[in-house]
Amino acid sequence: MSVNTLMQLVLVLPLCLVPLILLLRNHPNLREGASILFGVLQFALVWQIFGHFENGESLTLTWFTIFPGLPVAFEVEPLGLIFALVASSLWPLTTLYAIGYMRSHNEQNQTRFYTFFAIAIFAVMGIAFAQNLMTLFIFYEVLTLSTFPLVTHAGTENAKKGGRIYLGILLTTSILFFLLAVIGTWVTAGTLDFKLNGIFASDSSNSTLGILLALFIFGIGKAAIMPFHKWLPSAMVAPTPVSSLLHAVAVVKAGVFTVIKVCVYTFGIERLGELPSTEFLAYLAGFTILASSIIALRQNNLKARLAYSTVSQLGYVTMGALLATPLGIIGSSMHITMHAFSKITLFFCAGAIMVAAHKKDVDQMQGLGKQMPLTFIAFAIASLGIIGLPPAGGTWSKWFLLMGTVESEYWILMVVLMLSSLLSIAYLLTIPLRAFFPKEKPQEELTLPAGKIDLAPTASLVALTLTAIACIFLFWYADAIYHLASKLV
Amino acid sequence: MSFDSSFLETFFGLYNDWIVVALMMCGFFIVIADGNLIKKVVGLTLFQTSVFILYISMAKILGASAPIAAEGIESYSNPLPHVLILTAIVVSISTTAVALALIIRIKKAYHTVEEDEIQRWDVRIHRSDKRAKVR
Amino acid sequence: MENWLMETFLWNNQQLPVLQIVVPLLAAPLCLLINHRWYNWLFTLAVSSFSFFVAALLLLQVSQEGAEPISYYLGGWLPPYGIEIRIDQLNAFVLMLITAMSTVVLLSAHTSLENKIEIAPDKNTYLYVAYLLCLAGLVGILLTGDAFNLFVFLEVSSLATYTLIALGRDRRALWATFQYLVMGTIGATFILIGIGLLYMKTGTLNMADLAQRLPELSESRTIFVAFCFFIVGVCLKIALFPLHFWLPNAYAYAPTVVTAFLAASATKVALYIVIRFVFFVFGVEFSFTIIPLEKVFVILGTLGIIIASLVAIKQQNIKRMLAYSSVAQIGYMVLGVSLSTAAGLMAGLLHLFNHALMKGALFLALGSILYRIGGVTLRHMQGVGKTMPFTMAAFLVGGLSIIGVPLTVGFVSKWYLLQAMLAEGWYVVSIIILIGSLLSVIYIWKIVEVAYFKPALPNNANVKESPLSLLIPIWILVAANIYFGIDTRLPVALTEQISIQLFQGVAIP
Repeated sequence: MSVNTLMQLVLVLPLCLVPLILLLRNHPNLREGASILFGVLQFALVWQIFGHFENGESLTLTWFTIFPGLPVAFEVEPLGLIFALVASSLWPLTTLYAIGYMRSHNEQNQTRFYTFFAIAIFAVMGIAFAQNLMTLFIFYEVLTLSTFPLVTHAGTENAKKGGRIYLGILLTTSILFFLLAVIGTWVTAGTLDFKLNGIFASDSSNSTLGILLALFIFGIGKAAIMPFHKWLPSAMVAPTPVSSLLHAVAVVKAGVFTVIKVCVYTFGIERLGELPSTEFLAYLAGFTILASSIIALRQNNLKARLAYSTVSQLGYVTMGALLATPLGIIGSSMHITMHAFSKITLFFCAGAIMVAAHKKDVDQMQGLGKQMPLTFIAFAIASLGIIGLPPAGGTWSKWFLLMGTVESEYWILMVVLMLSSLLSIAYLLTIPLRAFFPKEKPQEELTLPAGKIDLAPTASLVALTLTAIACIFLFWYADAIYHLASKLV
Repeated sequence: MSFDSSFLETFFGLYNDWIVVALMMCGFFIVIADGNLIKKVVGLTLFQTSVFILYISMAKILGASAPIAAEGIESYSNPLPHVLILTAIVVSISTTAVALALIIRIKKAYHTVEEDEIQRWDVRIHRSDKRAKVR
Repeated sequence: MENWLMETFLWNNQQLPVLQIVVPLLAAPLCLLINHRWYNWLFTLAVSSFSFFVAALLLLQVSQEGAEPISYYLGGWLPPYGIEIRIDQLNAFVLMLITAMSTVVLLSAHTSLENKIEIAPDKNTYLYVAYLLCLAGLVGILLTGDAFNLFVFLEVSSLATYTLIALGRDRRALWATFQYLVMGTIGATFILIGIGLLYMKTGTLNMADLAQRLPELSESRTIFVAFCFFIVGVCLKIALFPLHFWLPNAYAYAPTVVTAFLAASATKVALYIVIRFVFFVFGVEFSFTIIPLEKVFVILGTLGIIIASLVAIKQQNIKRMLAYSSVAQIGYMVLGVSLSTAAGLMAGLLHLFNHALMKGALFLALGSILYRIGGVTLRHMQGVGKTMPFTMAAFLVGGLSIIGVPLTVGFVSKWYLLQAMLAEGWYVVSIIILIGSLLSVIYIWKIVEVAYFKPALPNNANVKESPLSLLIPIWILVAANIYFGIDTRLPVALTEQISIQLFQGVAIP
């Protein structure tokens, strides 16, 4: 297969799934089978691209030109490859999980669900391989709009309210700031291409660029920097597979991915460090990390707690990018992967607990470890990943981020990172601990049917076990990601 | 008495313009202030007519004759504005006709030709629209 | 034989400009004679398609490399004494736009007008007659090179428009028409005063001639007054805030076909007049340095965007909502003009083109909802997403286009407008533009939520998707919305050339 065809396929494969899903809408088994098949194929294709990239081939593709000099074009580079690998490997797993979840939950409109899911993945691929800022912006908006029906899937008053906040914040920031920043960059630099070390001429004024940077950081609402983080907890009204893939992986990662991409490829690390607003924004990210950790501690609803934990972890990535040091950038890029696998596992577990034991709140989960041992073991492993302790992959990314703060001498931020890790022990690790070693007896004992080791639906169980294993796997094989990320600097 | 004679000259010399302005303001005032639709149309016509006078008076050249070629006449008034105004009059008549036709239909629909009464009717409809809000 | 054919064709080719006006003008009384619902529709459609075809030919002719504007002397009288039809790229562009829109809108007219809620069954013929007259008037405005002739055509189209709006079934249509008539006539009279004063000072009515003579007189107070009267008059016609009061009611109560046609053409033609006079007749120098048109337009444009969008959010009747949205969108175009740079003018022209596409699609979609459901308040929209998926999908695309989501035409105009603004350093205005587009998110999403999340009213639960004869024109426009959002070459190249021409060769960076 020629490289060009490969690129085309990677981008449009999820779209090809859409008519298939619509066609098979009356055959759930075939429909979901096709989804998983396409997911696996997608991953295989991205893996192929990875292989070509490692061989040093340049992979580019141009679709069409909207404005003179501004084509919708794609190019493979290390950061995008990391993102695409993460998203495409988790897509089939999430589909597997969704089969168990959606069926045991008797969700309505499952065809619509899978359709928009595929479109969202299409948008993610577009973001990952975008060659210029405008292409990225287009797919960024497609992602926002295509996930709206997923967030409001339940159709209840609550879901509608959540959807309104979701769309409101994401569209407001992207139209008001992001678009302005993109056009501002176009007017200032005369190009929107992503180039290592930035595109701005050395004589463009630092104050203009500082304003642009601030517009970018606030405009990329998907990165959930305070005060524009509210959409993420609101989006938790969505079914858990959506929360897990989109709001732990695809959408939020698209946000922080864009932040890193803009920092590295639009401003360039060197230039970034000189800008007047960088320091302030880095501290704002630090504030986000700490504040949302504290908020997470106070949430009783498990999904809400995970959402605030995500906000906090996204802050890590944004902060790492804004440190403007090689180690910070490497740490950020690695954290995209590490956090993705850990967080998706956590969400899978939360969903499994909700479906199997009908429990949403943390204090009700005491003693549940007996009935759902595998789920809670996975939960514990993933928690270690978020906290940054061995044997989970999160250890490495946190290490590099910490080194980044040292390298750039942001001592306050170093303390923030440590504190937030401690806080995450408190709000995450306590949950499996209490599940296995309850403080007080649970009011009602759930009985485990004979012959089963875990209450969770089998398909979901398989998915969450796989992702948990991946968390540990990443600890031993973080090398490959480090290798990719180090090409950025 | 030390009137500035040049001021007076300009003031009265432009008497045609003053007439135009006065007529125009009268017409405009009626359109805005009077609630009766027929009177509004009258005001509108007055307003338009004042502009016709502006055109016609501007065509007149002092001491010149009507634009009919004849021997011994050296300067003619400009005939073009007259022609333009003929067209404009036609336009104005059509507008008036449409307006009057509309008023007849308004009268049939609302049983009145007073602005405030019509609006009172419509406010009532508007309220019922609002009551039909999404529940 | 062949020779004869060739000659006829050549003759026709030279007569094309005047045919544009004469054909619809003569077709109108013919329509009255035909007086048959089906034939009338077919006939009107044929005339409009012919106009579109000719417009495309003319546009091709004038947009060739190094092509001179086409001049046609009515009755063989040479300008400046006779009336000249003068076609350059600017009016050929707008001409093609409005004839195309008129044709597409007409496609749906026959089915849409079956609806007794829209129009009394015995009034169909009058609608077609007035429609053709209105088209003739609008085309006349675009083509004529004579200032007074422009006034006459303006009144022809206005009178026809009054009739069209008054054909609406709701009796509030009558009152809306009367208000529009009063405002419109005052506006037209202002234009007449402006033209009269110009003539008084220059002795010519030919626009090209005026453009040559005016620079010498730029200090004259008469010209100043003429300019003010003229611009105020035209701004009434384009419904620039705060002279927009006639528009929402007129759009809301007219038959939907008429609304779609007017939204896509009438205000666009009025904006053409502004551009023609500000940039061509008076010249940029006079309009923006001697007269502070820039400040006036910026203030009114931004106020219009914000206030009209806010009012739109509060509307229950969706036709009215979209009408207010039109007022806001006109603000964008005026802002583009107010930049007084070639890039700004280009953005304004692009938005003129794009807005016609989006509002046409939206109003036609509304018409089809009205056809099936019998009302277009938010309440009627409940559950439409389920019962009429294709219509509502079209509406959604149109709405996204209004918001300015990428891959739709709305994004293209916003992009160019913001680019032009930022290049001039108008940061505050850029942010206001973006806020305006956020406000449009709110009013569009209100409809989307109701249509997709609320269950249909019991009466409407079994409503069917609208017939193909309505869906096809809607989807033609929706396809255009997406196509020109992706492949922008045609409108961008045209508007760029026009702007460069009007700015006498200043290239757009």
